[in-house]
Amino acid sequence: MPKSLVSIHDFSKDELLYIVKQAAIFEKDHRPVLKGKVVATIFFEPSTRTRLSFETAANRLGARVVGFSDADNTSVSKGETLKDTIMMISNYADLIVMRHPREGSARYASEISRVPVINAGDGANQHPSQTLLDMYSIQKTQGRLDNLTITMVGDLKYGRTVHSLLQAMSHFNTRFKFIAPPELRMPEEYKQYLSERGLPFTEHTELAENINDADILYMTRVQRERFSDPIEYEKVKNVYVLKNSFLKDTKPSMKILHPLPRVNEISADVDNNPKAYYFEQARNGVFARMAIIHYLIGR
Amino acid sequence: MEREKQLKVNAIKDGTVIDRIPSSQLFRVIEILSLEDCDSQITFGMNLESKHLESKAIIKISERFFEDDDINRIALIAPEAKFNIIKDYEVVEKRQVTVPDAIVGIAKCFNPDCITNHQPITTRFATKHTDKGLLLVCHYCEKVTDEHNLKIISKNT
Repeated sequence: MPKSLVSIHDFSKDELLYIVKQAAIFEKDHRPVLKGKVVATIFFEPSTRTRLSFETAANRLGARVVGFSDADNTSVSKGETLKDTIMMISNYADLIVMRHPREGSARYASEISRVPVINAGDGANQHPSQTLLDMYSIQKTQGRLDNLTITMVGDLKYGRTVHSLLQAMSHFNTRFKFIAPPELRMPEEYKQYLSERGLPFTEHTELAENINDADILYMTRVQRERFSDPIEYEKVKNVYVLKNSFLKDTKPSMKILHPLPRVNEISADVDNNPKAYYFEQARNGVFARMAIIHYLIGR
Repeated sequence: MEREKQLKVNAIKDGTVIDRIPSSQLFRVIEILSLEDCDSQITFGMNLESKHLESKAIIKISERFFEDDDINRIALIAPEAKFNIIKDYEVVEKRQVTVPDAIVGIAKCFNPDCITNHQPITTRFATKHTDKGLLLVCHYCEKVTDEHNLKIISKNT
């Protein structure tokens, strides 16, 4: 079975560091080192941002891209099993980048496929390339990954990006601060994960007063559909909106990250603050994905 | 004492006595082992006194012996169960059920969005023993199924 990237646990600390280092190299230099290779991007549910980022990465490396962005016009709509679809596509391409609405689908695909599989999101489960681009953004802005304070804000219960980032950064002696409404607190299993590794964390419900010691402020969206009681949503929806005025006493080197899309959790007046880094972060996604693709099929 | 209790429910010549099943799990064990389709003579005992459990059940099945795979299925709901192999009225072998590190094709993932509940895929779990009891971590969706949400795939489904 070829090496795939399905879950952030599939990469060791050394591999994570290697990808971050390679991303910096690809940012400086776009040589078409994968000329002649074919990358299949198969998206069983739509995702413009992630798909275009992967396709840009593959193209910049000189690979050709085939695939689909909507399963409706494929044999999947005729009832073909995921197994058959993957078997067939792994006959054509050198690498499969896959998004699928069902959790665990990418792991299953990686076990069937003859070529490496990159998980570009399997339902609410994993989205490891997002974590690697987050790590690259942290390294690029802070000059290091070790000994940082990462403050995570918003939906810490369902947000897969914060869970994967927490696990990946647990290799680097990170201090975590969690700011969330009581309904969306960081789940016990992740707090346990940190405790087992001796990593400190604190939990808060107020945003403005808890961000001054952060090196990275990782914002996420608080979604209405996560609340069983709409009144509870109305109570908290404006509590977790980051405003420019909150940033005046934060560290000069602090950067704000957000996996995007943003709705209203960061006010527009923050965008011009040099601490706002989320658009640059999305750009880093291309370099991180180039590094991942190259790692799996280019070495 | 133990022998006396077993005798209350008839001795068997050749076959298997499954002992130390929690009474509450007896009917699940019957279902998991597909005993309703079994032609052999079977005797059940339920709500029996036990030194090890609050209340135990036993099953005696003539002319029937079980594979490790069957024993593992039982491990998830009756972790203290014992399989006594009987030959000519004597216990010739005692097999203690153990929870294996990996559970393959036995349990169902409780996550409705897990791919294993939508495609013909053999389920796989890693087992984790915690103070909250036995947990099954799905190899595919990575979600945790605990004892309360555990559904065993019976042999004929």
